[in-house]
Amino acid sequence: METLQAIPLNHYILLSVLLFSIGVMGVLLRRNAIIIFMCIELMLNAVNLLMVAFSAHHGDGKGQVFVFFIMAVAAAEVAVGLSILIMMHRNTNTTDIGFLNKLKF
Amino acid sequence: MVVFSKNPIHSVLYLVLTFFAIAGHYLLLNAQFLAVVHIVVYAGAIMVLFLYVLMLLNLNVDAEPVKKNWVKYAGVLSGGLLMLTLVATFHKAETMPMIQNKPEIGLTANLGKILFGEFALPFEISSVLLLSAMVGAIMLSKKEVKK
Repeated sequence: METLQAIPLNHYILLSVLLFSIGVMGVLLRRNAIIIFMCIELMLNAVNLLMVAFSAHHGDGKGQVFVFFIMAVAAAEVAVGLSILIMMHRNTNTTDIGFLNKLKF
Repeated sequence: MVVFSKNPIHSVLYLVLTFFAIAGHYLLLNAQFLAVVHIVVYAGAIMVLFLYVLMLLNLNVDAEPVKKNWVKYAGVLSGGLLMLTLVATFHKAETMPMIQNKPEIGLTANLGKILFGEFALPFEISSVLLLSAMVGAIMLSKKEVKK
């Protein structure tokens, strides 16, 4: 276990920066709303990973409880977002976000 | 892989792979409870929801319109610049070795003590949030009543 715990904290910071940037790039690049949702999930997970890393570093369990709450909020967000997406697909027959530039159908 | 695959189903599968990798990182950080919850919630529930919506909507591979080239370049450029800035910011941070002075903090019993002792009210509020999200999702995706 000693070899596993010798990973410095900076590597976790770099990994979550990488994940977050991939998520931002995906939101900027893609037009499909489902993939944009997935990239938002990716960004949330980058933050979660960083929070667990700092929580383990400080020996404080509150960070992990907070990650638990973030997971609950993410689940709620995905449920509502996907239902909005289904309604949008039913009304406009596409999932392209470029069609939604008028805020009404 | 999540971003650049044309087929959205492949994208979902790569995202599942990423989530399992993150769960492995949680295990390495001695957060066993969070690793299990992460696998159950993300890889189990959310990804199944995504796949279900993809199959319900029956999206084709070429359903996505081709973007203009300069938009793609601008997206890659701004994402890369963000990554470069953040990496350069944290690159010079002093390297601290991970000292886990309390490795038992991520176990279910200790997390439960914190969750139901100090954070009992936010826990109840999040349950109300999940309930309202469930009702809202059903209301939104229900077909409109014919008048």
